[in-house]
Amino acid sequence: MPEAASSKIPVTVLTGYLGAGKTTLLNRILSEPHGKKFAVVVNEFGEIGIDNDLVVGADEEVFEMNNGCICCTVRGDLIRIIDGLLRRKNDFDGIIIETTGLADPAPVAQTFFVDETVGAKTALDAVVTVADAKWLKDRLKDAPEAKSQIAFADVILLNKTDLVTETELKDVEMRIRAINPFARIHHTQRSEIAIDKVLGQGAFDLDRITAIDPDFLEGGHRHFHDEDMRSYSFATDKPLDPDKFFPWIQELTQREGANILRSKGILAFKDDADRFVFQGVHMILDGDHQRPWRADEAKVSRIVFIGRQLDAAALEKGFLSCVA
Amino acid sequence: MTSQSSTPSSLTSKLRRLDLGGAVVGLRFLGATAGFVLGEGEIVLVDAEETRVEAHKGAVLSVAGDDRRLLTGGDDGRVVATTADGAMQALFEQKGRWIDQVAAGADGTVAFSAGKTAHFLPVKGERKSHDFPSTVGGLAFAPKGTRLAVAHYGGVSLWFPNAQAKPEFLEWKGSHRGVLWSPDMRFVVTTMQEAALHGWRLADGGHMRMSGYPSRVTSMAFTAGGKFLATSGSSEAILWPFASKEGPMGKQPSMLAPRDVRVSSVAAHPRDEVVACGYEDGLVLMVRISDGAEILLRAPDGAPVTALAWRGDGGALGIGTESGAAGLIAF
Repeated sequence: MPEAASSKIPVTVLTGYLGAGKTTLLNRILSEPHGKKFAVVVNEFGEIGIDNDLVVGADEEVFEMNNGCICCTVRGDLIRIIDGLLRRKNDFDGIIIETTGLADPAPVAQTFFVDETVGAKTALDAVVTVADAKWLKDRLKDAPEAKSQIAFADVILLNKTDLVTETELKDVEMRIRAINPFARIHHTQRSEIAIDKVLGQGAFDLDRITAIDPDFLEGGHRHFHDEDMRSYSFATDKPLDPDKFFPWIQELTQREGANILRSKGILAFKDDADRFVFQGVHMILDGDHQRPWRADEAKVSRIVFIGRQLDAAALEKGFLSCVA
Repeated sequence: MTSQSSTPSSLTSKLRRLDLGGAVVGLRFLGATAGFVLGEGEIVLVDAEETRVEAHKGAVLSVAGDDRRLLTGGDDGRVVATTADGAMQALFEQKGRWIDQVAAGADGTVAFSAGKTAHFLPVKGERKSHDFPSTVGGLAFAPKGTRLAVAHYGGVSLWFPNAQAKPEFLEWKGSHRGVLWSPDMRFVVTTMQEAALHGWRLADGGHMRMSGYPSRVTSMAFTAGGKFLATSGSSEAILWPFASKEGPMGKQPSMLAPRDVRVSSVAAHPRDEVVACGYEDGLVLMVRISDGAEILLRAPDGAPVTALAWRGDGGALGIGTESGAAGLIAF
């Protein structure tokens, strides 16, 4: 199904704490008989065991943009690498970026929204996080990066499930859900997964925001109430006033953007036949009218934030004050 | 701002059309021969005939040169010098690295960079190398002497490769990409990741912020004698006045050849106060700075102009675009 956006080269970001199974997943993607060619960006040059023609080493140079927004960081090395890769435009069908275990996914993702050339020719497809079923719980306690990688993910491979009991697996999944109830979770061993569950996700494609259905496992929300990284979802069936909503969301993301990792919404505005969808990464917001509301569809506005130290009561009050 | 002039006079009938079959990423004249560098590794040398050589197995990441040699750096880890007869010489090779930047110095010296490391190749003697704090975004030799301006994150370093001293650091927050010396060596200017230029007055380290562009500046050139710095990035050619010793601070830039499409490439005539402006739709104009008079050189065809170069004597202009449609026009 070719779409206007599909002329852009899709980019998949692989994250995951050290030893979780990222490189195994990467090699699986590359060796599947899909007939596609990928350019692979790895975090250290000369990394062993990646079987691909086009492997590029990245330097993890995180730059602040001079736009007065402290959380607006980008990966300068990626801008340079993607500029270079685009000169070989017929050589590959997609780009896969493997980050280090300690990398924050935000600057990687923001690069695709902030740089004009990169944004015009490529499109971020999804952030895929590989998590170690046995050790993730410990990492969520002692490694803030591990927490950000879970919070940021669109797809999570809960890997090495053969090393834990059923109960332990449920427990770790609940902890993931407490942070990020929206990502698609797949249980895997040795990172074994069908490639179509990892690539072609369109997670940042406004046209493909269909529904926001948080998957809160029973008890998960309450149980891990002390988590500082959490998600919140609010909904209303009353139409919103765009003249109230846009100033609110802009002010909110300017003020709290450093703490809001991801945001997403499907909105019904007063006197507007179309669904309005948006998604955001920290302070960077992208939104548009999507399609008309269908007759069989409840016109419910729903919004979600994943972040740390967010004031839920204030968020809800703010959102509901946008009702027309 | 001047109003858009009526239909400009046209020289499009004199344009010799070339179909190069690949995106043009750089262009220089080697004497009377135009050397078009294609993104995927080939160089097409055009005089009465067309000669095609493969300089790199892979993408060309940067292009520089003088009137004798075309220098290219590729993602095959090679720095290649190509002459007008199609002869090629690999000046450096490091497998597995990308050569991000190349620069040509006076008397045949060469500089290039891979990641954070810049290298200097004298005509005779040992290669010199220096590691900078972050990836080299731009590299330029001073018009005289052996001194390099090296742009990177956080500013520009001025490096004397033949001296032991630490490079002098010109600081300015942000990511600096292209870098250029003014012909009189009083100023160094960078293009930034943001839609702005930054400049330093070397005499006193004074800063010059040149902003207001709707998009990132990717092409800039000093006009004959260094009176103006012509830049792309806006829907007109922006020319900053550099004739006085203070530079452009507190002065308004001249805006020439306004259209509803952005300028993607500029090239300054080597002798006269004339600039060539290429736009994102493929149109090319020649503009006289004094009165803004325009002459149309190439009609738009939809593909952005990616490279423009004047022949050394100013008697011809080469044009390259993203689609591979190119042209030569002699005056």
